[in-house]
Amino acid sequence: MTSLEPRLVGLAGALRRHGVANGTSDVVDAAAVMTALGLEDRERLREGVAAALLRRTGQRQVYDDLFDLWFPAALGSRTGVDDDVPPPADAAEARSRAAQLREELARALADHDEAALESLAARVVAELGRLPNEATTGGWSSAQALDILAPQTAIAAALARLRDAADGIPGGSGNGSGGSEGSGAGSGGAPSGQRFADRFTRDELRAAVAAFRRRVEVETRRRNAEARGAERISRYAVRPPAEQTPFLLAGAVEVEELRRTIAPLAKKLASRMAARRRRAARGEIDIRKTLRRSMSTGGVPMRPAHKQRSPHRPDLVLLCDMSSSVAGFSRFTILLMQAMAGQFRRVRIFGFVNVVDELTDVVLSAPPGADLTEAFRDTARMTRWHNNSDYGSALLDFTDHHLDSVGPRTSVLILGDARTNNTHPHPDALRDIAARAKSVDWLNPESPRQWGVGDSVAPLYADIVDMHECANAAQLRQFVMRLPV
Amino acid sequence: MSQARGIPQNRAMTTAFASVDDVCRALADAGYLASDAIATTTFLADRLGKPLLVEGPAGVGKTELAKAVARATGARLIRLQCYEGVDEARALYEWNHAKQLLRITAERDGDGHWDALRHDIFTDEFLLARPLLEAVRSEDPVVLLVDELDKADVEIEGLLLEILSDFQVTVPELGTITAAHRPFVVLTSNATRELSEALRRRCLFLHIDYPSPALEQRIVAQHVPGLEATLVESVVRLVGRLRELRLRKAPSVSETVDWARTLVALGSTDLTADVLRDNLGVLLKHQDDIERAAKALDL
Repeated sequence: MTSLEPRLVGLAGALRRHGVANGTSDVVDAAAVMTALGLEDRERLREGVAAALLRRTGQRQVYDDLFDLWFPAALGSRTGVDDDVPPPADAAEARSRAAQLREELARALADHDEAALESLAARVVAELGRLPNEATTGGWSSAQALDILAPQTAIAAALARLRDAADGIPGGSGNGSGGSEGSGAGSGGAPSGQRFADRFTRDELRAAVAAFRRRVEVETRRRNAEARGAERISRYAVRPPAEQTPFLLAGAVEVEELRRTIAPLAKKLASRMAARRRRAARGEIDIRKTLRRSMSTGGVPMRPAHKQRSPHRPDLVLLCDMSSSVAGFSRFTILLMQAMAGQFRRVRIFGFVNVVDELTDVVLSAPPGADLTEAFRDTARMTRWHNNSDYGSALLDFTDHHLDSVGPRTSVLILGDARTNNTHPHPDALRDIAARAKSVDWLNPESPRQWGVGDSVAPLYADIVDMHECANAAQLRQFVMRLPV
Repeated sequence: MSQARGIPQNRAMTTAFASVDDVCRALADAGYLASDAIATTTFLADRLGKPLLVEGPAGVGKTELAKAVARATGARLIRLQCYEGVDEARALYEWNHAKQLLRITAERDGDGHWDALRHDIFTDEFLLARPLLEAVRSEDPVVLLVDELDKADVEIEGLLLEILSDFQVTVPELGTITAAHRPFVVLTSNATRELSEALRRRCLFLHIDYPSPALEQRIVAQHVPGLEATLVESVVRLVGRLRELRLRKAPSVSETVDWARTLVALGSTDLTADVLRDNLGVLLKHQDDIERAAKALDL
């Protein structure tokens, strides 16, 4: 156990650096887990240590990556992998190696052979992933290996292989299920059932290839960690959890993960806003209930009962900057819009670049989970004269045309970076909105250090309404938690 | 390590399972097919004596796990169903006011042994034990299931902290009651509210996701024995595909089983577009989900 303790502590430290909070007591628990489970089964050890170190759902991906670094499956080359393969001498040799590997990949994909896929990933890294200038970088590259291999091209071959197998042995699957041969319907029906399920085969293979890519990446990180130390690799080569990814930099993959993080947060935000009102409504005594309750204490009303109002779902107005300078942020904005639209009874959504356009119908009529980024790419109805964002004229336009949508029960949420391209900020318009609304909160994707730098007028607006930094999902969570209940 | 947390040595440290494989076997006998992750964490919760916090999508068997552990170990299941507004009186204990009043009235004719009476009406006889106290006081081994903890208010979590770390309950009039057996505690949450760090820290965390296709096939085959193996495979593949679509509510394991039962009830021997189109409502519960799936599956 002694040699493992530093590794465990290292893993816990790396997790903390990636924003996964854990305490000393958790590490002690993890050590107890290792003692209880032993080291025979690595996957069980992975699950056990996860149970001790993790506390919420979104942390699993970063944990898995780090676990592979600190508790590697093997040292050096894997068994059955020829490590002495020199890097391919020229492009032609690399291509021929890749073609051979691709063929084996197609076979493994068609057979759902997990073990073969695992060892194939190791071979791909060993044969195609070594960087040529070893002296300077001394490592392996998954990007290079996957570029040459192009695993997605194996899908068609795997499909063909599966089709041949189905045609070659008619009713083969029927034999496998056993005993169904006797009834004519059984053998006749099974192939057509297969044919319907075969509609999913292509999607399943695509998912399997994506999983294979991840295997190659994991294997590459393992080899690199050996060369340069787990500490260093875990700092640079492991993607931070979706929670910590800045909205402005989020790519398509991260957005998909964000979607899963934001939906429950929106639900929480909605219930928090509802709770704000319910508490205020407390205080009125319900005479009937109090009298009935006092029966058990001999007619003495020891525990007065309060009237309960049904939870009020407040109205919400969302005002979102949709300009291209905050493109990454507006992807988050759209996600939040969609999630909030499902939670509020009356929600109105406005987008602007320099004039305001109502987007409520577009968002509400779209099916849940649909990708609206494309629908909003055309911002023609939110611009006038030029394509730059202008908060001043947008706010003025809002107060001129849409101020009646804000009432004393309305919460207003503004999303944007308050960079107004050196035009007049018109703070009075924002003051008008704040005066009418129940509350106004502003979520800004920039850090407070950059507020007021350059063309940002954030400090000016922050004086009028509450402005919160909201650059990633973790900060959105904090904002939701801080809302006074 | 658990000794360091202040659990007395003389407490019965009974562990129900010998190994992870033992957990798998015992749970399977109790009708619950566990993935490796579930079996490992259950084993650890039992071995380390820590509560188990289970999260995951609806319908993957979070509550069922607690029931299966109870069946597998022959322990009694005590369940605290949380809801908004559940309080101490519903979760922990309550004094039986009516009975206390009767007792006082019955004594009124005597010459005021007030001191005796005062001690008398705050005894076990007048105490109504609610699930948490019941679990701590139980003479037999118990599995305590605190279901949907996220629905309860934050205050209840504070109440749970003493029970979860020390397995004891303090009733001011009676003193501290310590558990004879350490209960096997399972907390479930659907993450509608963020649970506090203090609570999370005291628990082992388990995220149950949708099972792997192979495991789901075994689960379906176990619950619906009348279904052909090829058909089971098709059903599971269909459900797997549906989960990848962005739906309002993805089909859960229980819905897969319902769907398999539907096929048996209809007497279908294979999965066709017609059967699927007519019965998609068994798998999907929202109209827009059904339309979306029908379009994606080309029905």
